[in-house]
Parts: sequence; C-alpha cells; structure tokens
Amino acid sequence: MSTATKAKRERLKPPITNVGVIGWLKTNLFNTWYNSLLTVLILAMLGWLIPPLIRWAFIDSLWNSSAQACRDIDGACWSIIPHNIKFIFLGFFPSGQEWRPILAMILLLGLVIYSKDLSRWKKSLAWMWLVNIIVMGTLMYGGIFGLPVVETSQWSGLPLTLTLSFFGMVVAYPFGVLLALGRRSKMPAIKTMSVVYIEMIRGVPLISLLFMSSVMFPLFLPEGVTIDKVLRALVAIILFTAAYIAEVVRGGLQAMPRGQYEAADSLGLNYNQTMRLIILPQALKIVIPPTVGILLSAFKDTSLVVIIALYDVLKTTMVTLSNPNWTGYSTEAYIFLAILYFIFCYAMSSYSRKLEKDLHTGH
Amino acid sequence: MKFSKTLVLVLSLSLMLVSFAYAGKDLDAVRAKGFLQAGANGSVFGFGMPDAKGVWKGLDVDTARAMAAAIFGDASKVKFTPLTAQQRFTALQSGEIDVLTRNATRTLSRETQLGLNFVAVNYYDGQGFLIAKKLGVKSAKELDGATVCVLPGTTTEQNAADFFRTNKMAWKPVVIENTSELAKTFFAGRCDVLTSDASQLAGTRAIAPNPTDYMILPEIISKEPLAPAVRHGDDQFRDIIDFSVLAMINAEELGITSKNVDEMLKSKNPVIQRFLGVSAGNGKALGLDEKWAYNIIKQVGNYGEVFERNVGVNTKLGLERGLNALWTNGGLMYSPPFK
Repeated sequence: MSTATKAKRERLKPPITNVGVIGWLKTNLFNTWYNSLLTVLILAMLGWLIPPLIRWAFIDSLWNSSAQACRDIDGACWSIIPHNIKFIFLGFFPSGQEWRPILAMILLLGLVIYSKDLSRWKKSLAWMWLVNIIVMGTLMYGGIFGLPVVETSQWSGLPLTLTLSFFGMVVAYPFGVLLALGRRSKMPAIKTMSVVYIEMIRGVPLISLLFMSSVMFPLFLPEGVTIDKVLRALVAIILFTAAYIAEVVRGGLQAMPRGQYEAADSLGLNYNQTMRLIILPQALKIVIPPTVGILLSAFKDTSLVVIIALYDVLKTTMVTLSNPNWTGYSTEAYIFLAILYFIFCYAMSSYSRKLEKDLHTGH
Repeated sequence: MKFSKTLVLVLSLSLMLVSFAYAGKDLDAVRAKGFLQAGANGSVFGFGMPDAKGVWKGLDVDTARAMAAAIFGDASKVKFTPLTAQQRFTALQSGEIDVLTRNATRTLSRETQLGLNFVAVNYYDGQGFLIAKKLGVKSAKELDGATVCVLPGTTTEQNAADFFRTNKMAWKPVVIENTSELAKTFFAGRCDVLTSDASQLAGTRAIAPNPTDYMILPEIISKEPLAPAVRHGDDQFRDIIDFSVLAMINAEELGITSKNVDEMLKSKNPVIQRFLGVSAGNGKALGLDEKWAYNIIKQVGNYGEVFERNVGVNTKLGLERGLNALWTNGGLMYSPPFK
C-alpha cells in the first residue's frame, strides 16, 4: 500500500445537508416537492392555530374567579372547575362526608398501583383486594361504625364512574372467558346457550340494554319490589362487556396450535387442567391488546348511564352547565373531562403494554 | 366447595341491594318508610336541579318538600330521584317513586293510558320564540323560512312543526340535544330563532352575551300546565298531594308567608283559623295532623315565596308571574276553599 493512497484517506465529513438537523429535515420533510409543500402548509396552519389557542387557554383565561368576571374576558373560563369541583367529582354525596368517597377512591387507585407488579401477584394480594373492597363498600355505604348511611342513589360523580367501570370490568372478564370456553365447548346445550347469548348481546347497543334495565325491567317485577338503580346499570354493563370479551378470548383460543391441546392430552390432563395450565395462560396473553381495547371502551361507555339519569362524572358536569351562571363554558368543562378520561385510559393502555412485556416468554 | 361459598356470598350481597316494599296503599307505604320519594328533573335550573353543593333546588323540588311537610311535619323528609323524560312515568308506575314533581305536562293520554293522576298545577308554561332584535321580526307569524333551534324528542319539536304547518310557513329545524349547546348555537347566529318553553327562554336570554339584543316574541304556541302526578289507586294520597300544592297558593291569597305565619295563628279571621288548623277539621279530613298547612308555610313558604325564590325576577331566570300570578292579579293560580 503506497503512502499516496494513505494520505488521500483523510476522513471527510459528510456533506452538511446529509446529517444533523438539516439532514433529518431534508430526508424526512423536504425530500420531494409535495412533501415540502405539505410541510410548509402544515407549519402555516399550526402557526395560525396555536397562538390563538394558547392565548385563549392560558393568557386571556381566568382560573379562579366568579362567573360574573368571566363574562368580561375573551379567553377560557377555567373557574367553572374549581367553583363546582365538589359537585363534579362527588355529586350528591352528603356534605360533611366527602372524605369517605375520596378515601375509597384513594384506596382503590392505591391498590391498583400496588398490584401493578407481577411479583406481587400472590394469594395475599387476593385477600388484600377482598378486604379493600369491603372497606370501600363500607366507606361508601356506611351504616356501621357510626357512619351515616349513604344510599347508592347518592353515589355520583367520579366514585360512580369508577364503581361502574371497575366492577363492570372485573366481573365481566371471568364471565367473558367462561362464555368463550362455552362457545368452543363440545356440549351442544352449553355451546348453543353461549352462542345465543353472545350474539344477542352483541346485536344490540349498550344504550338499549341500559334502557331495558331502567325502564322495562322494573315493570316486570312484582308490585313494590325495586332493585337498586346502580346495580341494574352495573348488571347491564357487565352483560354487555362480557359478550365482547368472550369473542376476543375465543380469538385467542383459536390461535392456539392443535399441538398444544394434543400435548396436554398426552400428558393425561383433563379438560380443566388443560385449560387452566396450558391453553388459557397462553391464549389470554395473546389477546391482551384487543382485551384492553374492550376494557377501555367499557370504561368510556359507562358515561352512557347519563341517559338513565345516573349522575356519573359526565352527568354532574352537564348539570353544572345547566346552571345559568356557567352555561356558556361548556368547552372548558368538556376539555377538563377529556383530560380526566385520558389520564385513566392512558394509564390503562400503558399498563397493558408493560404487562405484555412482562409476560413475554416467547423466543 | 370454594366456588359455591363465593356464589352464596355474592348472591346474599346482591340481595341486600334488592328492597322488598310490599304495601297496600301508597300513603301507608310512604308513612312506613318514613320519607317521600319524589321524581325530579335534575337538570332544569329553577325547577329541579342540584346546586354546586349537591343540594336540590327549584320550584318542583320545593313543591315536593311541601308535600313532605304536610305528611310528616318535616319538609326534609323527602328524597329525590333524578329522572329523564323517558323514565319518569315508568318510575311512577313501577313504584320506584311516590310522586312525580318533574315539570310534566298534564294531558288526557297521560291521565288515562298511563294511569296517572295529575294534581293542582304548580306552573303554567307554554312554548314561545326567542329572537335577535336586529332581525326586526315582531311576531311569530313573520317567521316564514326561518332556521329554528330546537331540542329533539320533546313535544317542543312537534309543537313547532304544527305551528309552522298551520300557518303555511317554511322552516328549517336545527336540532341540538343539549340545552346549553342549543343556547350557544343560537347566540353564535347559526339559527334565526330559538324555540322552547317560555320559562326556559327567559333563562336563555339572561345568559346571552348581550341580553338586550334579544327578545321573546309575544306568541305562545302551546299550553303546558305543569303539575305533580301520582299513580292511580290511592285517592287519599292523591288528595294530600293535591292540597299540599293548593295550600301554598291559598296561603299567598290569604297573605300568609313563612315570616308572618306565627302571628297569623292569632288571627281572628275564621278562614285563616281553619286554614292553619287553629280550628280543627281540615287535617282530620285529609288524615293528617291539623298543623299540616302551617308546617308547609312555615318550612317551605307560600307559592309566591317559592316562585320568587326559585324562578322570580330576582333570580337568574328572571321570570314574571304572568299566568302564574294569583287569579286576583290576573293569573290562573286559584285554590278551592279550605273548608
């Protein structure tokens, strides 16, 4: 190798247009004439939209003023939230007792966060949940330890939303798995029943189920017997969510290769053992993403109880907006609600991604 | 066995939430449980709506409190169930509530087919039009070709359609589900005119960016006598509900208010003595304490007080008495004699 060639091998920097920020811009945003055009258009649109939005939301806005003061400004009137925070979050819960639903919600969220870690999934955790649910129920309903009784008709706002969605999901999930197994069963009666149930529920919108539970169902009961309104809505939500979960789980069951069943058979496992030890752990893992999709929509669907006059957090906000003082500020109130729902939904979906990763045992 | 234990636990827990309230007559049932269960609207300001602390406020709500004061001598012994327009009659039929105080219009079919008994009217309403003054329209008859903001599903939409058809005028309805969104749309100029019950129009006008730019047209195109209702079957209970409303009207006519009711007990006027139970008779006839009317007025107030407190000119709704003034002042509020 001659020295001349060596000298030529001086390290040349790549052209400035190919690396760094400019390079990235060139390859991603301005690589063709139409991409350049789109980039410019979108930048122009953002420039046109963002400053007024920031002006409206942050600069010209009021955060904790009277409704009267809000009339004189052009910006957002966030004051609607702090002024009505008690009703939006807790609804009809009697004043003086507010600490009870707040504590119950903290307990629920605390235990949910504690249960996040797979290493904590032991028998003791199940007991903790049981105790926690009893404590939460006691806090909400009262009647013992000198706590005044608060009937379920007074449960409203965020505690109601969380009750409906949490118990809706927790009860619907095992029910849905059973239905999925039932639909794949070789016993004709069980199979038919599962198919009829799933198809019937999936064939009607949730609103009609809620209507049935609140408007028609009471007429079939004997005179003088009434079933708790919250319970009726909860049952409707459970029935509905279970049917959807069943179909998702069935998808997972069908994705299991035949070899898995045969391997279980050759080990001499019976049906229960096959399902519990071999099939379900794998099948349920496959279907985590669609299941979470269903649970997320179940969470958001709880807001449909508005139409049967249960005061979930959406309805309490709407009632606040019916007050002439605050009627004009629906945008602000709904943005606040959207953020609230987003926090819960985002937490759920990011947890599901973590769970997927933790449970990943493939090669 | 573990499974069945859980099942028993779940079943018994759910049974706790099922209440059995077998009872013959409605009044006995109400007395036995110790409170009155009233169906309320839940989202109409001034008539039935919780405030920022979750306390029920409104004309209908106070009417129900008057009933509780009559039955129990305590206006606080009433619980409210918020109901939607679709649920309200079922809730009454199925016994979920004892009395419906939820701005329901008394009609023939509701009395007969639905098996309800409406009692004395506590608010005379009617449908009207709200319009921007700058359009220069002075009468609803000039609204040919107008775009009209209206809530769906209620009789409001039907009434508007009937009105425009009978007057051979074209109209374009803009249907919006929610009252506050409806008002926003109207003020943004997406429709020329907004139609709703007159009681609502005044409130809507009050929240306009500039209320003086808008006016309510003189025409009222429907009759909406709003009255509490009970189900068929217990006439004594019906009478009590009826006369609880009438007592508030009668008290206003007699000049008895929550402030002067104690002095009025000493009144020499035999009509007032009978009304307040100083001379006995009315209470026994209704099967109530002789102090029942006194309790209503003392704890809730007369009709005028209740009206002014919830919907009157000094509230956000700013409603004039109009049809709801006493008959002696040119209104329709008229109570039969209490004797």
